[in-house]
Amino acid sequence: MATQYITFTIAGGLYGLEVMQVEETLGHLPRTPVPLAPQGVAGLVNLRGQVVTAIDVRPRLGVAPLAPHQESMMVVVNHAGESMSLLVDEVGEVLTVDEADFEPAPPTLSDDVRALVGGAYKLDGRLLLAFDVAVAVGA
Amino acid sequence: MDGVDEIIREFLIESNENLDQLDSDLIALESEPGSRELLGSIFRTIHTVKGTSGFLSLDNLERVAHVGENLLVELRDGKRQMDPATTDVLLLMVDTIRALLGQIDETGEEQGVDISSTVAALQSVLDNEPLVQGSDGSSPTTPLTPSTEHEPLGSGHAEVIPEQDAAGQPISESGACAEESQSGIVVRENLATPATAAARAEGPSTSAHRHSSDTSIRVDVSLLDELMRQVGELVLVRNQIAQLAGFESGDLLRSSQRLSLIASELQDGVMKTRMQPIEQLWSKMPRVVRDLSATCGREVRLEMLGGDTELDRSLLEAVKDPLTHLIRNAVDHGIEAPDDRLRAGKTSAGLLRLSAYHAGGQVVVEVSDDGIGLDPVKIAAKSIERGLKTREQLATMTDTEIQSLVFLAGFSTASTVSNISGRGVGMDVVRSNIEEIGGTVEVDSRSGQGTTWRLRIPLTLAIMPALTVTSGHEIYAIPQVNLLELVAIDSSRTDDSIELIGGREVYRLRGSLLPLVRLADVLGTESHVGDTVVIAVLQTENQRFGLIVDKVLNNEEIVVKPLSTILKGIGIFAGATLMGDGQVALILDAPTLARRELSADSMEALAAKRVEAPEDTTSSAEFLVVGVGAHQRRRIAIPLSAVTRLEHIQLARIEMVGGREVVQYRGDVVPVQRLGRILGADSVESVTEKPTVVFTRGDRSVAMIVDEILEILDDRGAIRSDVTDSGLLGSIVLNGEVTELLDTVYALELVDPLYFSSHDPDAELSSFDNALMAGI
Repeated sequence: MATQYITFTIAGGLYGLEVMQVEETLGHLPRTPVPLAPQGVAGLVNLRGQVVTAIDVRPRLGVAPLAPHQESMMVVVNHAGESMSLLVDEVGEVLTVDEADFEPAPPTLSDDVRALVGGAYKLDGRLLLAFDVAVAVGA
Repeated sequence: MDGVDEIIREFLIESNENLDQLDSDLIALESEPGSRELLGSIFRTIHTVKGTSGFLSLDNLERVAHVGENLLVELRDGKRQMDPATTDVLLLMVDTIRALLGQIDETGEEQGVDISSTVAALQSVLDNEPLVQGSDGSSPTTPLTPSTEHEPLGSGHAEVIPEQDAAGQPISESGACAEESQSGIVVRENLATPATAAARAEGPSTSAHRHSSDTSIRVDVSLLDELMRQVGELVLVRNQIAQLAGFESGDLLRSSQRLSLIASELQDGVMKTRMQPIEQLWSKMPRVVRDLSATCGREVRLEMLGGDTELDRSLLEAVKDPLTHLIRNAVDHGIEAPDDRLRAGKTSAGLLRLSAYHAGGQVVVEVSDDGIGLDPVKIAAKSIERGLKTREQLATMTDTEIQSLVFLAGFSTASTVSNISGRGVGMDVVRSNIEEIGGTVEVDSRSGQGTTWRLRIPLTLAIMPALTVTSGHEIYAIPQVNLLELVAIDSSRTDDSIELIGGREVYRLRGSLLPLVRLADVLGTESHVGDTVVIAVLQTENQRFGLIVDKVLNNEEIVVKPLSTILKGIGIFAGATLMGDGQVALILDAPTLARRELSADSMEALAAKRVEAPEDTTSSAEFLVVGVGAHQRRRIAIPLSAVTRLEHIQLARIEMVGGREVVQYRGDVVPVQRLGRILGADSVESVTEKPTVVFTRGDRSVAMIVDEILEILDDRGAIRSDVTDSGLLGSIVLNGEVTELLDTVYALELVDPLYFSSHDPDAELSSFDNALMAGI
């Protein structure tokens, strides 16, 4: 079975979300920081009049979080009726992957990362790590 | 298939709406028997249900409606008078129809609802109850509609027409006609209009209150929400264009102003589409009151005023349960039994009045009864029994305050638990529900004379007036509901006007002490205070406090946007909103702020505790942990015993005396030093105010500026290391983090060489001097 994934990069890594889970991809929007927010919440953005929470998964990938005003592209997903925005470096192409190429995340990855990425698709010469949308926006 | 589903859905929505109307019509009919307008309306509703269900092959529904219709025909045609039994059976019919509709809505089938008993009940009324007999002209038991001039039936003046004439009335009458044909005749009043389904489109004379259906259409709420969102977007674009046009003149500017006007009007218009009259809610209440008064053995007269008062539909939903609860409570506990009322010199029927009106940008909904009222003595006794208040507390309270105790959790005045109310789920739930939507509830009662519950509800959930302020770089909105006043103090005078009591900052506001909370401290952000310090005086249900903010921006109507689930847990934000330039701003939740900051002892309170309970020198020592350094934040531990006070200091207030930095502090000139400089760390310079640790020994003080106050920890089980540097005694692992231990003596002597050689050190301080020397 083939599934379509929207791909994006974060800190050099290639990640993907199932097309059906993604509402849209966007360029940078200014973020309003939320004091006292759980780690991973990068602020609130005004998405055409809707207030959407921006999530920075970097700390969970073991990378330093984005600075408050650092520009970033966004992948907007809808989870449990709420729109959430994942901060990514760059949005790439839509790839059709084959379930046969799927492998669960290797145990060498940290628990955080393994929870975040359900597994990896072996593409030609590189790996596409598939995000679990629920975990990703759960901050 | 979709087409049919759509029709059924429409039918369900419309029927449910009509049934609500039916409930109140039927009950109104009891007090106004023979009102043809009401009868006509009821008949048409059932007739429509019957007709449509026949068309949609909903057989059970059709059967119920059919028998009901037969009964209604007799009523309408004056062959039968309304009496409680008839009302009961008709209400039963409405319930059955509602159950059937519910079943259809859920499963698409009408199976599973028992209709036989309802049909039987209706039929038995039809069969057995004495009809007005045509032959019994001498003693008509039931007078007919008083508004018409006709004489009693059977006297020969009633117009008897053959059933074929009825067939002249619009289609789908066949069922009714067939039934009527059993009796052979259709009796029609002289002036009666042909009250059929056709009358819906026809009659000013018959259906004044159905008129809205001619001029209104049904719209899906999600469509309205979407429209609302798009209007929001339009407003933002308008703002951008207005900014662009600001530098131009001529056509663009004019067009932009026009766009601005139209967008505002459009926004208003869309907002209005969400407003609905409170009538919608009230139409259900006559039924509730009727059923309940029957169960409780009360006689209740229900009055409703101001039903056309409009509310946002989401608020209407939210008010429904609290309002129903108040009404139930009024019937069950407020209004006395008829005998008791007569004994008290009242009419046997109690009056329950619902009223709604606009006042001060809010909708006020009142539920008042002329019942027994709230007895302050009983309430006081109950609150002592429940341990909610002490006798001493009650002694100082007014009757009104005591009556308000019913809003406390766990309070219920009913001495017996009934199945209506008094299960402990009471007024506290009403209050929390109303507060959730930004409203308030109060009670006004006179023992023996009645009670009025007053709900104040914002006009709309979506928009509220708010004050926008800044703290640090960000904008925050404070709902006006909580705002009492603003106090501005010149920054240079803050030390005089803001005092410390028990380590807490307070301000003397017209003689009374106002506890202060610094917004930046709560949020853990930097603050940028200008020339004036602004205190927003906030009032929550039982607390008044001052919130210190950096700057006040504006009074604005803000549109409230919900926060995502992961942010709701923070608590102190009630939502978010968009500013004119599209920036997101957080809305502060004053009640949560008050609960959190005024009860949970803050940093200062911890420091104050030290004064009350001098250090315990046995095994562990407490450390104040501060952060120093802009880029690499270093954790520095200072023995808490040496610290006198924590302050925030305006960097602009630092003066130079003889090459040393000093600051005027409480009438003294106090040497000041940045801890970071002593330790060779850089420090955050972008701020105008910084946390400062003040050390006092005897009459000498030293102020040490740090970048952040982190926490107070004790060193029980801490791992120490001698890895050291100038100004440090080593390091210590506190709470899992490496923390550098400040050489307090070295640091203090560096700032004030005479600090430890003060001639008259307080005796009590000597012990901690020793402790400091020993490095604790």
